[in-house]
Amino acid sequence: MSRAKRGGRRSKTLVGLWLVAPYAAYLIVVYAVPIIQGVRISVLDYVYAAPGASVPQPFVGLKNYRAAWSNPQLRRSFLNIGEFLVINVPLTVILGMTLAAVLAKLTRMKAFFRSAFFVPYVTASIAVIGVWYFLFSQSGLINHVLGGLAPNPSWLVNSKLAMVVIALEVTWKQLGFYVLLYLAGVLLIPDSLYEAASIDGAGVVRQFRSITVPALRNITILVTTLALIVGANLFTEPYLLTGGGGPNGATMSPALLIYQDGVEQGKPGVGAAIGIMLTLFVLLVAGLGAGARRLAQSREGERA
Amino acid sequence: MARLRTFTAAVAALACTALTLAGCSSGGSGGGKLSSGPIKIWYSNNAQEVSWGKATVALWNKAHPDQQVTGEEIPAGSSSEEVITAAIAAGNAPCLVFNGSPSAISGWVKQGGLVPLNDFADGVSYVEGRSGATVAAEYKSTDGKYYQLPWKSNPVMIFYNKDMFKAAGLDPDHPVLSTYADFEAAAQKLLSSGAAQYAIAPAATNEFYQNWFDYYPLYIAQSGGQPLVANGKATFDDAAGKAVADFWSGVYAKNQAPKEKYNGDAFADKKSAMAIVGPWAIASYAGKVNWGAVPVPTSAGMPADQIHTFADSKTVSVFTACKNRQTAWDFLKFATDQDNDGTLLSMTGQMPLRSDLPSTYASYFTAHPEYTLFAQQAARTVEVPNVANGVTMWQDFRNGYLKSVVFGQQPTSQWLHDAAGTVASDIAK
Repeated sequence: MSRAKRGGRRSKTLVGLWLVAPYAAYLIVVYAVPIIQGVRISVLDYVYAAPGASVPQPFVGLKNYRAAWSNPQLRRSFLNIGEFLVINVPLTVILGMTLAAVLAKLTRMKAFFRSAFFVPYVTASIAVIGVWYFLFSQSGLINHVLGGLAPNPSWLVNSKLAMVVIALEVTWKQLGFYVLLYLAGVLLIPDSLYEAASIDGAGVVRQFRSITVPALRNITILVTTLALIVGANLFTEPYLLTGGGGPNGATMSPALLIYQDGVEQGKPGVGAAIGIMLTLFVLLVAGLGAGARRLAQSREGERA
Repeated sequence: MARLRTFTAAVAALACTALTLAGCSSGGSGGGKLSSGPIKIWYSNNAQEVSWGKATVALWNKAHPDQQVTGEEIPAGSSSEEVITAAIAAGNAPCLVFNGSPSAISGWVKQGGLVPLNDFADGVSYVEGRSGATVAAEYKSTDGKYYQLPWKSNPVMIFYNKDMFKAAGLDPDHPVLSTYADFEAAAQKLLSSGAAQYAIAPAATNEFYQNWFDYYPLYIAQSGGQPLVANGKATFDDAAGKAVADFWSGVYAKNQAPKEKYNGDAFADKKSAMAIVGPWAIASYAGKVNWGAVPVPTSAGMPADQIHTFADSKTVSVFTACKNRQTAWDFLKFATDQDNDGTLLSMTGQMPLRSDLPSTYASYFTAHPEYTLFAQQAARTVEVPNVANGVTMWQDFRNGYLKSVVFGQQPTSQWLHDAAGTVASDIAK
């Protein structure tokens, strides 16, 4: 190999490094540093100290984690999030996939329907929550329609129903984005597959089960992971719709407790500890999901 | 994930700023001659207080061309306390904030953000001279120093809608609301007559400060002026505390108050017939509600001149980020002198925390009789206790209150007993 060629490769590598440098710097500054800081703060008796003030911030080991976990509200908040995810994630996948399949087949008013599902996603959360409050409050539209059948206590102050309402609201708000992801996948499935299936006598439902669902597997993995991450960080809805995690903690979320402890109560160490626990929780659930999928795939492979 | 990252990034940004600026801050609070010069101050964004702030700053600037004061509204945030906490960490807090909440002071002291007023030669004498030593003592920190000047109070009382009372067949000018039984009877009548959707609507949400406007004023009244904790111990696990808890528990059990969050001011929107609030709200009710005010009820009733209530006061502090601290102190004294307190009273209706308020501004109260009751009440107020971890203490108290009193899932006596233990351990940490 000539020197010129070797030099060329080196300079190409250098150019490549220069090209990725801005994004690498962005990743380090926006993601890596805060995560490391988060871990650091979680093991210190941290104070948002004034510049120049001599405020001791001793290493306290796992004390913040123990303090966070000893709060029954935190344990409750993880269960609440579990309940939320059990409703939100499957509903997101089923509705997202079905709506995308239907939207792909539409021949008229395509643009209108695609935008209609997307509108809640781009609308400010506070406005969407305002609408849901109007629907589900004690004197709201739903209770008016239901009359004597309205739940007592009402939706948002009913410890069994409040999280269900929130899960439905978040599903509805986020759906447009996931429909868009699925739609991109559906449009990539060759029409010839459907035509062949149709000639073989497969109906619409069979085609959906045997062609659309398997073809969208990778997108389903993406949607599940994203819905899981967004859901686990639930904050705005319990903060605004159910008066800060009410009724009686039924919609309390870990992110809301991070705000309470880390910001309102001036205990950043405890807030950061909850943040780390929440991250581990998301990784664990996402990892379990990935494991289950791999198991299913390998079984399918064995059957084939 | 995005919110978690935002939070962590914000924490990291605060920490980085702190580290970067560590070497160049004016820091410290001790020794040497204090310097004078231009300063920046923040005041509340309430319209009446903005007018007062602008007028007071203009007056000072006219007389002190070499020590100009720049007045700004506290930057928007979910609460003033959070904005100030962030400003302390970032090193860009102003010299003075005319809107401190006594519950936030211990946290700001821990951050190293506040200058003890004891550092000024006449600091202690001015604070105690203006408000009286007994009142001032409530605002002293656990280290025995004053980090806040008790500025003004908003003694909370029961506001009622005269039109709704009339529609319910109740006397709108002399409402009978002094005992719990009176209150209960009035509430029943207001609801059964259809005059109001709710008798009263304190927010049933879980913010740490919400008990200052439901349980706490009634407890202060029932106990004859006890704060929530005294000498490191909870005071409320007794007959007075239980009476108040049972009163509110009954109000919620009978649906006389909503358990659901109300978006807005239920009293101003005429959804509820009563509210527990201080005189600052009078301006916001003008032209909307035909209101009257009475002291908060007690179980057996008490003469009005013996009833204590929650002060809902605001204080002023000098921040360590301030370089020209002499000017800050001089402006603080100027803005809280007798004349400017008078201006504050007339422009905002809020009560300067001065001893002998009714007699000092006698002509104002003669001209504005609706405020006289508040001025009299201002002499018998109690603030939130100045303890470590005050916000944590109130949050734990609130969580238990919601469970037991609002949602009835725990007997009140059990909650009061548990809360007394939690409160004591919170403030001891």
